Amino acid sequence: MKYLDEYRDAEVASKLADQLKELVSHEWTIMEVCGGQTHTICQYGLDDLLPVGIELVHGPGCPVCVTPLELIDKAIRIAGLPDVIFCSFGDMLRVPGSECDLLEVKARGGDVRVLYSPLDALKIAISNPDKKVVFFAVGFETTAPANAMAVWQARRLGLRNFFLLCSHVTVPPVISAILQAPQNRVNAFLAPGHVCAVMGWREYEPISSHYQVPIVVTGFEPLDLLEGIARCVRQLESGEASLENQYGRAVNRLGNQGAQSLVCEVFDMSDRAWRGLGLIPKSGYKLSFPFRDYDAERAFGVEAVTAQESPVCISGQVLRGLKKPHQCPAFAGQCTPEHPLGATMVSSEGTCAAYYKFGRFAPLEKT
Amino acid sequence: MCLAIPGQIEELFEKEELRMAKVNFGGIRRAVCVEYAAGAGVGDYVLVHVGFAISVIDEVEAVRQYEALRGSGELAEAQSTLMVPEAK
Repeated sequence: MKYLDEYRDAEVASKLADQLKELVSHEWTIMEVCGGQTHTICQYGLDDLLPVGIELVHGPGCPVCVTPLELIDKAIRIAGLPDVIFCSFGDMLRVPGSECDLLEVKARGGDVRVLYSPLDALKIAISNPDKKVVFFAVGFETTAPANAMAVWQARRLGLRNFFLLCSHVTVPPVISAILQAPQNRVNAFLAPGHVCAVMGWREYEPISSHYQVPIVVTGFEPLDLLEGIARCVRQLESGEASLENQYGRAVNRLGNQGAQSLVCEVFDMSDRAWRGLGLIPKSGYKLSFPFRDYDAERAFGVEAVTAQESPVCISGQVLRGLKKPHQCPAFAGQCTPEHPLGATMVSSEGTCAAYYKFGRFAPLEKT
Repeated sequence: MCLAIPGQIEELFEKEELRMAKVNFGGIRRAVCVEYAAGAGVGDYVLVHVGFAISVIDEVEAVRQYEALRGSGELAEAQSTLMVPEAK
C-alpha cells in the first residue's frame, strides 16, 4: 500500500454513496472544517455524489484565509525593510493587504522568499548573519510543531537573526464559536485529520458531548471523506452524538505527544483575531516568554494599522457555514483568485477559491 | 495548508543535532525531520507536513480500513501480501 491511491477508488466511492442514500431520512448539514478537505470535496465532486438531504458546508480551516488583514499589513511592512529576508509559505504571497501584497514587495526589490519548511528559513539565517530573517508562521496545530522546532533550534544554535511573525490558530475554539452562534445550522462536523494527528482527538470529546453534536475525525482522500460523512449521518439518524475516529491509520486519542510538548514550551495560548470571524478567545498561539526575543512583532515594533475589509465580501458567513460562495454578488465577477476581495478567495484552499477553480458557479442541482 | 503526504523512510541520519530521514514520496526523495516520529524506522511510512513527520502510519489499521471500505474479503489475500515489508 502507498496510503493514497487506495483511498481514491471510484468504484468503492460510488458504492459508499449508494449506502449513504439508504441511511438518510432527514436533512442534515455537515461541516468539514479543513480547507484541504474542502478542496478534495470540490476536486472529486463528492458533494455531487451525496444524496438529496445532505448538505456539506465548508469551515474556517484555511489558515491563510483567516490570517487577519492587520497582520498581512505588518508582514508587508517588515518585508519591505532593507535588512530583512522575509520567508513564507507560497500561499501567503498573494494575500492582499490594505494596499498591496507580499508579491508586490518582492517585485519592488524586497527579499521575499517562498519556502517549503521553516527549517529552510534557519538555513538562510545561518548563511546570512548580516540580515534579519523573518518567517511568517501561519497555520493550525498541524504546522505549530514545525515552527516550534525552528525557534527551538534557533536558540540551540545561538542564532540572533531569526524571527517568527506568528499567526497560529487552533481548531477547537472555532468549532465552539460556530456552535454558539445563534444562526448556526451545522448538525455534525468532520474534524481535521492532520490537526488531530498532532493533537489527538481528546480535545473534541467535551465539544461533542457539551453541544450534543457528532464529530468524526476524518482523513483527506475521497473515501476517507465519504466514510466520515456516512459515520456522521449514522449518528444523526439514530439521535447519537459522539466522537468517532475515521482516520485511525494516522490519528490516535492522545496525538503526537512529543510535538505537543515542544509546542507547549515554545508557545503560549493567546486570543486571536480571525479574518472574517473576529476575535476568538484563546484560539491561537504566541511565542512564550522565554522565546520572546524571536517574536518579529516585538523585534520590529511595527505599528498596528487600521485595515478596511471589502464591504461586499461575505467571507465571514462562508467561514461559518451560513452561505455558499455563489450567494455572494461579487463571486467570480469582481472577486476572483487573481483579484480576491476577501479571506476565502485568497488561498487555493479557501472555499471561494475551490468553488471558482472547480467551476461551481451555481447551486448543485440534484433530483 | 494542513496538507500532509505519506512517504516511506529510506534512511535515517542526523543533522545539526536533529534526527532526519530520507523519505521517498512515490519516487521523489526529500530530507524530513523525524524528531516528532519517535520510533519510526527504515521502511515505515510517515505523514509529512512542511518537512516534518507528524505521524507514523499504522499499517495494520490502514489495511483494515481499506478492506472494510471495499466491503469484501476478496482483497484480503492481495492486501496481506502487501503487508510484507518492501525490500530495503
